[in-house]
Amino acid sequence: MSTVNSLGKSSIWRRLSIWLFIRPRTVLLMLLIPPLLWMGIVYLGSLFNLLAYSVFGLDEFSGQIVKELTFRNFIDLFRLSNLDVIFRTTIMATLVTIACALIAFPIAYYMAKYTSGKTRALFYLGVMLPLWSSYLVRVYAWKLILAKEGVIGWIFHSLGIEFVLEAILSLPLVGGSSLSFSRMGTFIVLVYIWLPFMILPIQAAIERIPKSLLEASSDLGAKPKQTFRKIIFPLAIPGIAAGSIFTFSLTLGDYIIPGIIGNSTMYIGQVVYMQQGMAGNIPFAAAFSLVPILIIAVYLALAKRLGAFDAL
Amino acid sequence: MSAVSFKNVSRLYDEVVAIDQVSFEIPEGEFFTLLGPSGSGKTTSLRMIAGFEFPSSGDILIQGESCIGKPPFERNVNTVFQDYALFPHMNVRDNIAYGLKVSGVSRSSYLKQADEMLDLVQLPDVGDRKPAMLSGGQRQRIAIARALINKPKILLLDEPLGALDLKLREQMQVELKKLQRQVGITFVFVTHDQQEALSMSDRICIFNQGRVEQIGTPDEVYETPSTKFVAHFIGNVNLFSGDQSNRLIGKSVSAMLRPERIHIHQDQNKPKLIQGKITEREFLGAYIRYQVSCDGDINIIVHQPNHGASDLHPRYAIGDQVQLNWSETAVHNISGVA
Repeated sequence: MSTVNSLGKSSIWRRLSIWLFIRPRTVLLMLLIPPLLWMGIVYLGSLFNLLAYSVFGLDEFSGQIVKELTFRNFIDLFRLSNLDVIFRTTIMATLVTIACALIAFPIAYYMAKYTSGKTRALFYLGVMLPLWSSYLVRVYAWKLILAKEGVIGWIFHSLGIEFVLEAILSLPLVGGSSLSFSRMGTFIVLVYIWLPFMILPIQAAIERIPKSLLEASSDLGAKPKQTFRKIIFPLAIPGIAAGSIFTFSLTLGDYIIPGIIGNSTMYIGQVVYMQQGMAGNIPFAAAFSLVPILIIAVYLALAKRLGAFDAL
Repeated sequence: MSAVSFKNVSRLYDEVVAIDQVSFEIPEGEFFTLLGPSGSGKTTSLRMIAGFEFPSSGDILIQGESCIGKPPFERNVNTVFQDYALFPHMNVRDNIAYGLKVSGVSRSSYLKQADEMLDLVQLPDVGDRKPAMLSGGQRQRIAIARALINKPKILLLDEPLGALDLKLREQMQVELKKLQRQVGITFVFVTHDQQEALSMSDRICIFNQGRVEQIGTPDEVYETPSTKFVAHFIGNVNLFSGDQSNRLIGKSVSAMLRPERIHIHQDQNKPKLIQGKITEREFLGAYIRYQVSCDGDINIIVHQPNHGASDLHPRYAIGDQVQLNWSETAVHNISGVA
């Protein structure tokens, strides 16, 4: 009797549950509508809106946007000063990505293979902890660390090897009056800021490699070095690729770090920011913001071509 | 010289003893099975032969050579893994050739040998596929081919048939046995499936709680188990001890009686040793299993071969009074502690 009663009471819910149970597609649709609205309209919509502006012009006198089709902005992109910015940003993003991969791999490898339980949690904490504090605070902290009187200068001074630092700073292109006013400084801080985004995917990729594969490799006569080169590394590549997409695209778009640390040369993010925010030239900023999208598309195509995702 | 010999080998995990003072010899060319329930130490023993784990004390000799401090890549043994452990980023041919590749064999040579191995396992056309595109049975064969390409003296197989369905497993059992005769090397096979062990092995080593209970041919371990555990673990069995034995066979010993050695009938004129009432009946195809509750609280399992129901071979139902009879030789005294 009691079961009949309880079923009777909730008959609407019961019927709804049954109705939904036999219509998985409807459930899927209901689950997908909110994110689709968000991604489709709010996110992609505004992105396309921005991109649409890239084919509009700007009235030089009034500063008003002229809604007429023009390719002026794209032609302007090929001005030497703009190409210079694009080129410099791409080089920086590439170098930051390589440095992140080199630093992250041993950490990720150690985390995945030699830690467990509490030690693993400690490593996660160490990797993620910096992400809990404000990005700006961390960048300004680095400004102090890299300053002439900062920790790094002090260490070099105390060790009596200031000449090494000076030699680095006197290098063309990367040097400057101090680390915090050099491209070297920009590079160091970018690597620091984006490093967690490289460590975590590599760690996940290495962790997924079954232990039996390593045993099989060793069993078949491979020395540890060969096992690393032929099994662990190839299987970690999707993780490196995923991490590099983060570090590469984040560096490509960053406009705060090069603004605070460095020798005041411009990067893509800064140009977009200045054109849009200060100069009010939204059409040109829109055109410029297409550049990183294209570069990342090329990067992904290259990575796929090189087989970075084959092991997925 | 034995292919493998264990000399007082123990293995401890922290304080837990996984292998306890185990010694045995595996002669050259034998199909040797390590059989036991999970956690009995059979897999640990195999992994110590492979070199993935090391004894805490004692030594393992492979072809007369001590294995102390020898990593897997220094041992001339190869392993077929339970999950096959095929490298997912390499195609089948590269997987098979891996052992040759890492030892510096030329490309043309290792590709040729890999194709020969593909022929050996009767999969000549899958060389270019990735392991993920193969069925379970195919992966199994590729794993065997990969392990055999280095021409090991000993092949270790860690429950290699566990993931296959029954039909395929039976087929692979026959093929593995054939393959072993063909290549003529020692196979050390780990399984928890007693049927598999009986059907494939030259000799079986039965593990229980980190110790070896008995080593013998399938016939020996089945017919003359040396402990109760072995009698129980291999096949169905009726075990008697003390008073029960006294009444049934006239001696107060631990005794074993296989259910298929018991004759079940209702004929008052035929000899009988005991009578009882059927309490359970299971039809199992090749035979029918009865549980007979006899006087004095003795339960006996009987297997009646399925000769087709007829007057000569009547079938019985639950509740029927039946008589049981067996020959003296059907009873085996278990020497081990009761």
